[in-house]
Amino acid sequence: MPRTIIPFGPQHPVLPEPVHLDLVVEDEKVLEARPSIGFIHRGLEKLVEKKDYIEFVYIAERICGICSFIHGQTYCQAIETIMNVAVPPRASYLRTVWGELSRIHSHLLWLGLMADAVGFESLFMHSWRVRERVLNVIEATTGGRVIFGSCKIGGVRRDISADALKQMLADLKKIEQDTHDITKVFLNDSSVKDRLCGVGVLSRQDAYDLGSVGPMLRASGVAQDMRQLGYAAFKDLDFTPITRTEGDSYARCAVRCQEVFQSIDLIRQALGKIPEGEIAVKVTGNPNGEVLARTEQPRGEVAYCLKANGSKNLQRFRVRTPTFANLPAMLKLLPGCELADVPVLVLTIDPCISCTER
Amino acid sequence: MAYFQMSTLALKWVLSKPATNRYPFEPRRALPGSRGTLVFSKDTCVYCTMCAKKCPTGALVVNRAHKKWTIDRLLCITCGYCVEACPKKRLALGTAHATPAVTKDRESY
Repeated sequence: MPRTIIPFGPQHPVLPEPVHLDLVVEDEKVLEARPSIGFIHRGLEKLVEKKDYIEFVYIAERICGICSFIHGQTYCQAIETIMNVAVPPRASYLRTVWGELSRIHSHLLWLGLMADAVGFESLFMHSWRVRERVLNVIEATTGGRVIFGSCKIGGVRRDISADALKQMLADLKKIEQDTHDITKVFLNDSSVKDRLCGVGVLSRQDAYDLGSVGPMLRASGVAQDMRQLGYAAFKDLDFTPITRTEGDSYARCAVRCQEVFQSIDLIRQALGKIPEGEIAVKVTGNPNGEVLARTEQPRGEVAYCLKANGSKNLQRFRVRTPTFANLPAMLKLLPGCELADVPVLVLTIDPCISCTER
Repeated sequence: MAYFQMSTLALKWVLSKPATNRYPFEPRRALPGSRGTLVFSKDTCVYCTMCAKKCPTGALVVNRAHKKWTIDRLLCITCGYCVEACPKKRLALGTAHATPAVTKDRESY
């Protein structure tokens, strides 16, 4: 059988993100995958020269449409570190709560896409039905569904009233029950397992050597989670990173399923301990210095490098997104797999190419 | 019973109310606190141009000499920065979402 090159993406029925792969195949076996990205570069890093450091929060939030809040939060944390701004404790807790809500909605979205990729359309609809509940909680508390717009330098823009917090707890109970129903299918249904178990095994050593982050790394048995750094209110909350040892697509799915419950638990802990008080401090002056801020996004670790020279605009802004870190691991998984498994393997890294290209 | 995991879920939802709205017969109601369109009250506006200066997208243009406050609804990202900046509290974010626009006009007040 001669070798053939099959172009895969950037527009593909099961691929939500514009990544292009030239798949060298022999029969139905993939021998090599040559990636190319660059379809949606938006030049957001360059925009620091045009927008001042306060306005740039809105742009940081728009780097990604799914983990938007955590992008904004990381940017704010970086600026606050440079300017030595102490964020009020209530604001830190609110950031934690919104960050975890964003993780829940991102994971539920991913679970839906995964169900779609394995051809399980009704499960896809059910996952997004549960996600809709989470989006309603987010809209009721921040005012936005996907772009929260509630984080600012020095704190947060909105407070959540005691009644709304109670309502959030009640909603979380329903979300937990619904998630329990759908994750039971993801983790036990034989047709889902047939498509995921043993597909794309990434060993612990490979995951570590290739610099994987987030659920990808944790599914291969490395207990690394940036929330352990204790940013925002995570220093006061009790949690251990969820890990699996199999390193296959099923393990990556299971880690994300369990992380939804972990996030619900973290929100409950945060709401139990949330202190009263101010939600923001006034920030004056311009930043001057250089900083590296790291946080845990739904997809993994994000690193922000900022350089400021005392003027209104930053001098340099650089983001390393989790998908960028996970791409080498994805390319490691593809050679040797079946052609039909390519969409599943691309999806297991939870690709966000628009983040990666910024 | 690995083959019947989905059946219980499907059965539960066959027997319950649909999760979707019957749009357009039942339009979605905006949640309280939702960031919808920007609402401007002309009466006590002093045209200080603070909102236009703070607007990150340049959607707001205020002319002090002609006492004109204009907004490009398609540029507005409803971030609420102008609402915070307004010294006279003449701006607010309503919960209703913007209606579809046919032309790229600026609204003037």
